[in-house]
Amino acid sequence: MSGLGIGDKAPSFALPDTSGETHELGEPSPEAAATVVYWTCNHCPYALAWHDRMLDVARDYSGRGVRVFGVNSNDAERYPQDGPEAMAQRVEQEGGWPHPYLHDQSQEAARAFGAERTPDVFVFDRDLRLRYRGAPDAEYDDPSQDAAWLREALDAVIEGREPERSQTEPVGCTIKWK
Amino acid sequence: MWWKGCPSWERALGMLREEMERAGLDPAAVDVIEVTSEDEAERLGFPGSPTIRLDGRDLQPPGPEEPGGLTCRVYRGRDGRTSPLPDREDLRDALLEVSTE
Repeated sequence: MSGLGIGDKAPSFALPDTSGETHELGEPSPEAAATVVYWTCNHCPYALAWHDRMLDVARDYSGRGVRVFGVNSNDAERYPQDGPEAMAQRVEQEGGWPHPYLHDQSQEAARAFGAERTPDVFVFDRDLRLRYRGAPDAEYDDPSQDAAWLREALDAVIEGREPERSQTEPVGCTIKWK
Repeated sequence: MWWKGCPSWERALGMLREEMERAGLDPAAVDVIEVTSEDEAERLGFPGSPTIRLDGRDLQPPGPEEPGGLTCRVYRGRDGRTSPLPDREDLRDALLEVSTE
C-alpha cells in the first residue's frame, strides 16, 4: 500500500461536486470530529457493491460531527461513465446522496492521498491526521458487514482513541489513470 | 478470462471449478486466460474481468453500456445486488444447460 501513512496530515483539495459547488479540505474544522475521504466511481462493481453501505455511514454519522467526501478520480475520457455529467445523473437518479460526490479531474487529489482503488477509504481525526486507511469492511459481497471497519474507526476517532485496526488492504478496481 | 486489476477473478475461478464438479464436468477443463493489454482485450472481445464463457458463450452477455477492455465487470445477482462476481445460481444453471446439451 502506498500513499499517506497513519498520522500523516490530510492533503488539501478544492473539488467540485455534482452541482458545481466547490468543497475544500484544508485546515481542521472545529465542527468536524472526523473526516472521511473515500475514492469511488460509477463503473466499478466493488464501489457499487459497497455503495449503499458508504451512504449509510454518511447518514448514520452526520449527527456525530463526521463529514464525508466521495471522490471520483477516474479518467473520464476512457471511462465516460465516470465523467461529471454521468456522476450528476447518478446522484439525481438515486434521489441525492448524503455527502458530496466530488470530481477530481486532474487526479491530483488521488495522487496526493496515494489512493489506489475504488473504494479506498481514508479516515482523519479532528486535526486531519490519518487514523484509518483501507476497505470499508471485510467483504464486498456481504452487505451485513455494514462497513464495520470504517464504523469501528470512526467510533474510535470520535471518542479520541486510536482505532484497533488502522490499516487494511483496499479491495476494488484500480483507479483509471490518464 | 481475467485481468489482474480485478481481484475477484480467483474467487470466480474457484466458484466455476466447484460448480463444474457439481455438474459432473471436469474442473480441469477450464482454459484460464490472463488478458494483459488493451490490444489483447480487443482481439479477444474481452468485456472485462472476470469473464466466463461456456462453450464460447458469455455467462452474462455484456450490455452496450459496459465499456469493455481492461476493466472490472459488473454482475447483477438474482437478489438485484451488483457484484464483481457472477451469481452462483446463474453459473449453476448455465453449466447444467451445457452439460445436458
